[in-house]
Amino acid sequence: MPVTSSAQSATGGLCPPAYTPAVHRISGWQSAALCLAALASVPLLVLLASFLTPEREIWHHLSEHVLTGLATNTLTLLLCVLPLTALLGVGLAWLTGACEYPGRNFFTWALTLPFAIPPYVFAFVYLGFFDFSGPVQTLLRTWFPSMEFIEVRNVFGVSAILSLAFYPYVYLLCRSAFLTQGRTAMEAARTLGLSPWKAFFKVSLPMARPWIAAGLMLVCMESLADFGAVAIFNYDTFTTAIYKAWFGLFSLKAASQLSSLLVLFVLIILTIEQHLRNRLRFTQAGRNSGKGHRMQLTGFAAWGAFCLSALVFTLAFALPCLQLAAWAWKAFSPEILRYAELAQNTLTLGLITALATTAASVMLAYARRTAPGRTMNWATRAATLGYAMPGTVLAVGVFIPAAWLDNTMLDMVAHLTGWELGPFIQGSLGLLITAYAIRFLAAGFGSADSAMQRITPSVIEAARTLGCHGTALLRRIYLPMTRTGLFTAAILVLVDVMKEMPVTLMMRPFGWDTLAVKIYEFTSEGEWEQAAIPALFLILAGLVPVILLTRKTESR
Amino acid sequence: MLKRFTPLLGAALILLSAIPSFAAELVVYSARGEHLIKPLFDAYTAKTGVEIKYVTDKEAVLLERLKSEGERTPADMLITVDAGNLWLAGEAGVIQPVQSPILEANIPVHLRDPQNRWYGLSLRARTIVYNTDKVKPADLSTYAALSGPEWKNRLVLRTSKKVYNQSLVASLIAEHGESEAEKIVSGWVANTPVAPFSNDTKAMEAVAAGIGDVTIVNTYYFGRLKNEKPETPLAIFWPDQQGAGVHVNVSGAGITTHAKHKEEAVKLLEWLSSEDAQKVFASLNMEFPANPAVPADPLVASWGSFKASTLNVAKYGEYQAQAIKLMDRVGYK
Repeated sequence: MPVTSSAQSATGGLCPPAYTPAVHRISGWQSAALCLAALASVPLLVLLASFLTPEREIWHHLSEHVLTGLATNTLTLLLCVLPLTALLGVGLAWLTGACEYPGRNFFTWALTLPFAIPPYVFAFVYLGFFDFSGPVQTLLRTWFPSMEFIEVRNVFGVSAILSLAFYPYVYLLCRSAFLTQGRTAMEAARTLGLSPWKAFFKVSLPMARPWIAAGLMLVCMESLADFGAVAIFNYDTFTTAIYKAWFGLFSLKAASQLSSLLVLFVLIILTIEQHLRNRLRFTQAGRNSGKGHRMQLTGFAAWGAFCLSALVFTLAFALPCLQLAAWAWKAFSPEILRYAELAQNTLTLGLITALATTAASVMLAYARRTAPGRTMNWATRAATLGYAMPGTVLAVGVFIPAAWLDNTMLDMVAHLTGWELGPFIQGSLGLLITAYAIRFLAAGFGSADSAMQRITPSVIEAARTLGCHGTALLRRIYLPMTRTGLFTAAILVLVDVMKEMPVTLMMRPFGWDTLAVKIYEFTSEGEWEQAAIPALFLILAGLVPVILLTRKTESR
Repeated sequence: MLKRFTPLLGAALILLSAIPSFAAELVVYSARGEHLIKPLFDAYTAKTGVEIKYVTDKEAVLLERLKSEGERTPADMLITVDAGNLWLAGEAGVIQPVQSPILEANIPVHLRDPQNRWYGLSLRARTIVYNTDKVKPADLSTYAALSGPEWKNRLVLRTSKKVYNQSLVASLIAEHGESEAEKIVSGWVANTPVAPFSNDTKAMEAVAAGIGDVTIVNTYYFGRLKNEKPETPLAIFWPDQQGAGVHVNVSGAGITTHAKHKEEAVKLLEWLSSEDAQKVFASLNMEFPANPAVPADPLVASWGSFKASTLNVAKYGEYQAQAIKLMDRVGYK
């Protein structure tokens, strides 16, 4: 995206790369970040280790009959989902963050709600609704008996579902960007004679680029790793092939090898994206003046904004919830009381992981900020790749080394002392949370990192001049100034963990069943209506943090 | 800053060291959902006082978990659906042979591992379901016949990624040989009016809505759909009655190689094959009891009696990879 000189002079914030803190030796923060990256790369290494024994026969079969189709399908999916989520996410974030129109107060938080709905739930609800035998087509056929059947299980159908499920990533991140962008930049641009639209495209949008990029990266990785939604639509992607190689051809090795192709692909995108982004600096111009300074939309524009928001809200939240409620009503049973306990487990796991992952994200982002350069760039990339791996593969990638470590230690203890102890890494909450953190570090890091990039170098320099260094700098400058971003990071992780299924299934300690586990058990038997009850509980539990997030960011 | 993280670190360490205890109780890894096993376990606990702990997950994942836990696994029993998965568990060495006169008496030979490492506990018949408005039972005969040109644009399929179809094709390979099976499956694919569906229910709903006329599904899905919408114009047909018989699959269980409570676990397995448990097993999910002495649920029995295939279900595992490659070759999605 070209950044014009007028925008640069207007914001004063988009300055060329001039700021490089003079830190040369590796600090404590950096070594901590490197350790973190090493830990997070463990599943990646397990994947790579699969290449030690190539599965030639399976690869031959795959490359002959399967791979081309998969690559085309997967790319087409991305090419549909990314623009659509960008349009929805950025557009709505801009409307609610920077404009004033009827219903804005409601939509500003309501549009984040779809985030609480897992993509696989979207998929089964919408397929139930729009497929041949669903109410929509049945009704259409009663009205127009000569009507042909409409096939919705194609790339457009899947893309629509994934976009509805994933746009909140972009929306949440961009909203915090537009909210904290500061009025000054926009005002300056307007004073210099730019129309509101031009000001948006030339000033606001370029300034929000780190957030947009971070959001879209998450969407990209989520789409690549998604299994549930594409499986329900029977749309073949790399992920479905990975599962088939493992569950059907009985080759975890082939599955790992396929997964590493996926990871390689993401690594390439990440590198390109960072390369493009690193040439620009994004900092906050002027003080953020927040509320009451939004652009007042009137007439057609105002109603257009209202209708668009209402449409997205209906499609992405109201409709699926109504359908789930209808199913849940039919499948109601006294067992429902148990779901409260499952919801509690779900929230507890989410909260602990959100705290841990946000802390880790801050560590990584801070280390990268204070020592920009190749090492830290690679470290952060390695640390965040877990997001792009299909959940089940990642779960195995964590479990195998954990079990090995456990067994080795217990063997040693038994050898040295003769005590036969039980395993204490496997089946522990600690392992589960570590696995979650590896999976969701990207979600936390994206938000924390974008927020840190926005801090004006001069502020840091001023603080340094005043004798503020190291931990104090983080505590007194970085953390307060990135509060919104960090809160977003925590909520993203919290809700992501709540929706997470494969890692939870494999590593939950006895008795720690969650709502997602329950949904899995029902959907794997094709019992959608039964699954509606835990799905509703999951959405309800997810609403609390999502609403908290909007209130918190709105009130600053 | 670091000071602030100290309590967190402490908490993490405490969580890590919360050693789970596996005292006098059985631990089961199950690929059957909780709602399909818990009633059985509850009944067993009520009868014997033995507590049963369980985790549920996908079959392949449980298998990988058993492998990496090695001899320290807490699991005493593995329950999975589909014979292919049981076969694989046997091949991977995570379950061990069990000699038990009770099990041998209760479970027919073709529904258990030739080496006695696992036993089928419930039967799932995969059969033909047709639209009663458009098809007469006389038009139907065998699975293979559905590949004929008269079924052009009339056959609805579930995805080849589902293990039930992989086992069905595996049984075709076992019965007809690979090249003949490939002809049959490619004929099926040529006859489908729409892309395969992700589950049996959707496939049946499509047939009921008038897309295609027949489909191949597990009977319990048919039962569920009929329970919900009795007016649906669908009926069951039992194919291959002159030949091998209806394709049946099992869900079953084995005792893990490193079971800490082998004796207790064998007792549980024996009980699961007994009349009491088999009744529960069969009624929970409208499956057929594996123990031939136990009658099917009245609703299930109302679908009529049929001759079931007596091919040893272990074959499904042996031919599964071959079946998948075959389906890939003919473009069965």
